[in-house]
Amino acid sequence: MLNQHDILQTLDMIDKRHLDIRTITMGINLLDCCDPDPERCCEKIYEKITRCAKDLVKVGEDIEKEFGIPIVNKRISVTPMALVAGACRTDSYVEMAKTMDRAAKTCGVNFIGGFSALVQKGATEADWKLIRSIPEAMAATERVCASVNVGSTRAGINMDAVAEMGRVVKRTAELTADNDGLGCAKVVVFANAVEDNPFMAGAFHGVGEPECVLNVGVSGPGVVYHALQSVKGQPFDVVAETVKKTAFQITRMGQIVGREASKRLGVPFGIVDLSLAPTPAVGDSVARILEEMGLEVVGTHGTTAALALLNDAVKKGGVMASNHVGGLSGAFIPVSEDEGMIAAAESGTLVLDKLEAMTCVCSVGLDMIAVPGDTSAATISAIIADEAAIGMVNSKTTAVRIIPAPGKVVGDRVEMGGLLGSAPVMPVHPESAEAFVARGGRIPAPLQSLRN
Amino acid sequence: MKAIVTVVGQDRVGIIAGVCTALAEFHVNVLDISQTVMQGYFTMMMATEVSECNVPLAELATRMEAIGKDMGLSIRVQREDIFQAMHRI
Repeated sequence: MLNQHDILQTLDMIDKRHLDIRTITMGINLLDCCDPDPERCCEKIYEKITRCAKDLVKVGEDIEKEFGIPIVNKRISVTPMALVAGACRTDSYVEMAKTMDRAAKTCGVNFIGGFSALVQKGATEADWKLIRSIPEAMAATERVCASVNVGSTRAGINMDAVAEMGRVVKRTAELTADNDGLGCAKVVVFANAVEDNPFMAGAFHGVGEPECVLNVGVSGPGVVYHALQSVKGQPFDVVAETVKKTAFQITRMGQIVGREASKRLGVPFGIVDLSLAPTPAVGDSVARILEEMGLEVVGTHGTTAALALLNDAVKKGGVMASNHVGGLSGAFIPVSEDEGMIAAAESGTLVLDKLEAMTCVCSVGLDMIAVPGDTSAATISAIIADEAAIGMVNSKTTAVRIIPAPGKVVGDRVEMGGLLGSAPVMPVHPESAEAFVARGGRIPAPLQSLRN
Repeated sequence: MKAIVTVVGQDRVGIIAGVCTALAEFHVNVLDISQTVMQGYFTMMMATEVSECNVPLAELATRMEAIGKDMGLSIRVQREDIFQAMHRI
């Protein structure tokens, strides 16, 4: 029998500590929508998405009510569009993005991911078309998210794609200049991208996935922060145990919600992504957890070690709570979406170089970072290359989601609104990486790729 | 199916009667009640059986929340599974 304390603890986590299910994301295979006629292809895409996901939002809302736990986002991910649109006789895939946008609106989801290409070893004609369509697609749509995988531990880093992505990010910022380059918040450049990630902007439905699947992303930085407040000054063994116990509870909730949603929607349950995903709300910050471990401001010396412990303990606690764990699973460190990170970046303690070091031990990478509008495409490409190299060598997912906000300089703030938050513009190194990026070609896969 | 009903608010006469009457109208059977007054706040937890409930659970939660609002209370109805999942292995 449940006791009062258990019940009150759960309610307290939901009411005061921002405990929530961050997203239930339905992955939909679109490979059967291929058609030489682009219009026909778009029709098939729209029909398939709206058919598969017609009840997603309704079921999400019902479960929210019945369990009394907020499910913040209901989302859709689809097969990388470069694979779906490859057969179409057309040079631009902007229409496919518009179709995805329209389908997302019909289904009532706030984001749809999968305007994507996987080019870690080389790009097909279709991949290039998709990559070059990204800026216009991001400007012409509201809810579509794009991602490009430019490197992997097995394949190395496709530096031609890295160079192009620098230009794509710049162009996307220019085309969405009215909104401070908001389009870039929907573009992720990955290394070692995962096929079952429920979180945006990097979600897509991988080719190894079933026809339709439901993945769940949990959250709860506020709960972990609160739990750590009760073990002030105690050794790290205790800190790790406390994080593990909390992560276990959070994940169990994700597991039960995911199982229920998949049952009602009649689609298989994929994975729970055990992530600590912050929001700009006070008390829902990953940065504050690190500070609670004893750092005056996140970004100071010790931050990487603190994050490494957190990231690992979250996984260890969560893994027993779910029968299938996947996605990115760990602690996210998006700057604009985390109240503590924003404060640390504004005070100048948290700088890009430190964030890069932190990405060696966090679950993803350089996320939601605003840089000056005059940052060159080559510099952005070089940042992407650094990040991809970290992912490649450490066999982990890394990503870059960077916003060169047009007309903004260091000290300004970029307002993105909602869960995307606001980002202080951070300085980049002024020295050029032009000649480095211009080389092109492929950085060979590291020795650790030869594991057979 | 079981649901946990939690009621929190300023203590006064007739809270239990009011909540139980409302639940009875929805054909919800109360299995167990525990209550306490914490920092001046009345806090009650009820384990209930909702299999015979005459409205869907999501609607029950919404309606009870509204009834609570009229009484100046916070009333929540949640499936028991969520608490079991979080606190029992």
